[in-house]
Amino acid sequence: MSNEQVESRLMAYGHTACAGCGEALAARTVLEAAGRNVILTNATGCLEVFTTRFPRSSWQVPWIHSLFENAASVASGIEVALKALGRDTGTKVIAQAGDGGTADIGMGALSGMLERGHDILYVCYDTEVYSNTGYQRSGLTPLNALTTTSPTGKMSWGNATRKKDLPAIVAAHGAVYIATASAGYPVDIQRKIKKALSFTGPKYVQIHSPCVSGWGVESHLTVRMAQAAVNSGLYPLFEMEDGEIVRVRKIKRDDLVPVDEYLRPQKRFAHLYRYPGGDEHVKQIQAVADANIERYGLLG
Amino acid sequence: MRRILEGSRAVAEFVALCRPKVVCAYPITPQTHIVEDLARMLADGRLDAGYVLADSEFTAASVVLGASATGARAYTATSSQGLLLMTEVMFNIAGMRLPVVMTVANRAVSAPINIWNDQQDSMSLRDCGWIQMYAEDVQEAGDMHIQAFEIAERLNIPVMVCMDGYILTHATETVDVPGPEQVDSYLPPFEPRFYLTPDDPITLGSMAGPDAYMEIRMLLHQAMQKASQAIVDSAARFAGEFGRFRGDLVEGYRDSDAEVLLVSMGSLLGTMKEVVDELRDEGHPVGIIKVRTVRPFPRNQLHEALHNARVVGVVEKDISLGLEGILCSEIRSAFCGASLTPNISSFVVGLGGRDVRKRDIRKIALGLLSDDTCRVEMTGVDHEVLWSAHQIED
Ligand SMILES: Cc1ncc(C[n+]2csc(CCOP(=O)(O)OP(=O)(O)O)c2C)c(N)n1
Repeated sequence: MSNEQVESRLMAYGHTACAGCGEALAARTVLEAAGRNVILTNATGCLEVFTTRFPRSSWQVPWIHSLFENAASVASGIEVALKALGRDTGTKVIAQAGDGGTADIGMGALSGMLERGHDILYVCYDTEVYSNTGYQRSGLTPLNALTTTSPTGKMSWGNATRKKDLPAIVAAHGAVYIATASAGYPVDIQRKIKKALSFTGPKYVQIHSPCVSGWGVESHLTVRMAQAAVNSGLYPLFEMEDGEIVRVRKIKRDDLVPVDEYLRPQKRFAHLYRYPGGDEHVKQIQAVADANIERYGLLG
Repeated sequence: MRRILEGSRAVAEFVALCRPKVVCAYPITPQTHIVEDLARMLADGRLDAGYVLADSEFTAASVVLGASATGARAYTATSSQGLLLMTEVMFNIAGMRLPVVMTVANRAVSAPINIWNDQQDSMSLRDCGWIQMYAEDVQEAGDMHIQAFEIAERLNIPVMVCMDGYILTHATETVDVPGPEQVDSYLPPFEPRFYLTPDDPITLGSMAGPDAYMEIRMLLHQAMQKASQAIVDSAARFAGEFGRFRGDLVEGYRDSDAEVLLVSMGSLLGTMKEVVDELRDEGHPVGIIKVRTVRPFPRNQLHEALHNARVVGVVEKDISLGLEGILCSEIRSAFCGASLTPNISSFVVGLGGRDVRKRDIRKIALGLLSDDTCRVEMTGVDHEVLWSAHQIED
């Protein structure tokens, strides 16, 4: 990469994310697709912390962090202010948050933003865990994952619940465009962000972003893990317009992998392979993947 | 123009005259009429502003935060539970130096749930970094909003205008509503010192560690201390332009040569002034100090105003449970290190809308004249109710 390219990065180097951070990769990709004419809001979480340690900032675009649960509300205020001030000349408002800031504590704010119909793109970086505070469970933590608040033990196989179906909840609000994406496929992220920004109204993009420290994987495996999630069917990639699925990322038969391939390298699933009875749980997770393949028609 | 208006309506009219660019609030009694009146003005085209129907007070505060950071004059209003729900955002707005203006229709805090007036809500949030001013009547509440926007935007500090719920928000009074030209000349359009724009990207709300957090908080504290002078200037300039002066930080009433000084804030002052007039007629040396600005706390002005009195009784509608009235403790701090200190007593009155009658105030004043021992009292408690509540608790 040339110096010029480095300097023109909208989310600059020098931040303090872990080596191999999927969220950093995804966020940089989002911003490169969105361009300079944006205003970003950011919920409290890793992305905020690793990019803006005072007095430094990675952001070469206007950016504001307020609290953990209000990225969507702050974005709403920005969008309305731009219109009221006559400054809504193509500037895109983008709200960013982790899965906790989106699916748990920020759910009400997101719902309000969607329902009021603001012209905002909301991006959820889904690390499937509260990364920033030491890997606690969120509503988007998958079945049987070990987190610090859903530990494994004699009485526990880790997280006892399935991922909240957030895209469906967002769709029920009438969002104009919804997409799921993956840090394993940056070009796909870029296409989806550009497409999202071509719509007027509330848009939602949820990007599967491996958290190497929280998941317990080697830092060079970020992209491979993200791709395995997609190619096993555990993280279906699709796009919705006006509530209808308009496109899915097909898994070629040769690329299809069993969930094993995704689960085994991750320490958060190690208990499934260490203790008797774990195979039953792996089967349940495989069933989740199979159901996704069926539901979204992923094979092809 | 003199008009007969309900307090909430008056506030809405005054806020509209300030030409906010973004308005966002969530309904809660007794604030609701204010946002309803603003909504009607927007619907009629009498007010031109971005208007957001918030899903909670938390969102309402966050929306005005975002709008203010984008360079828009932003307004919200709330009360009681709504204010407490906003708490996290309140600190955040102040920490980011955003000049938001908010009306608090003062109301009691749950439990027990109670929609009537006291000042526990805003007094509980006195440390969140907002300037806090308390209005005595509807006219002052209206005028205070014009001053609030001017002060907030000059200093980049948010301002909370507190007015007693029901007693002021739902009282119909004659109000002098200024013309738009007059307000425009006092309050110029908002010119933000910094705002979010792609033309000049800034980062707002970054993380400061132990190496910088304390310095940033210190700057906030210093800015707040300097705000006292701005409030004084602003009230003087307002008096020049509008012909009305109701005090700036503190204001005395028949206080010279008073042996007993009663201190209070908000609508209680009206009742207290009547009582003091009567007591003066009877020859009792009693006066009043009104606290108009609670933050920044006018420590020097209060010391100056109170130090010649023998006895001070702080009469207020809030309590720091386990201590005493909040304002009373703060007034004690004004005498820290002083060689001569009046005897200062705390009187907590009117919680949850309990009527504060002239005879209650009279009893407090006469009690202090005959016995100046420092004490903490809850005045106006019904002992039969207390007894039965006690039985239930046991
Ligand atoms: C009201 C509130 N509760 C809790 C926290 C502590 N906290 C900060 S970030 C965070 C988790 C963030 O997780 P997520 O939204 O998934 O983002 P990530 O760090 O994974 O990117 C928590 C619990 C907080 N800052 N504010």
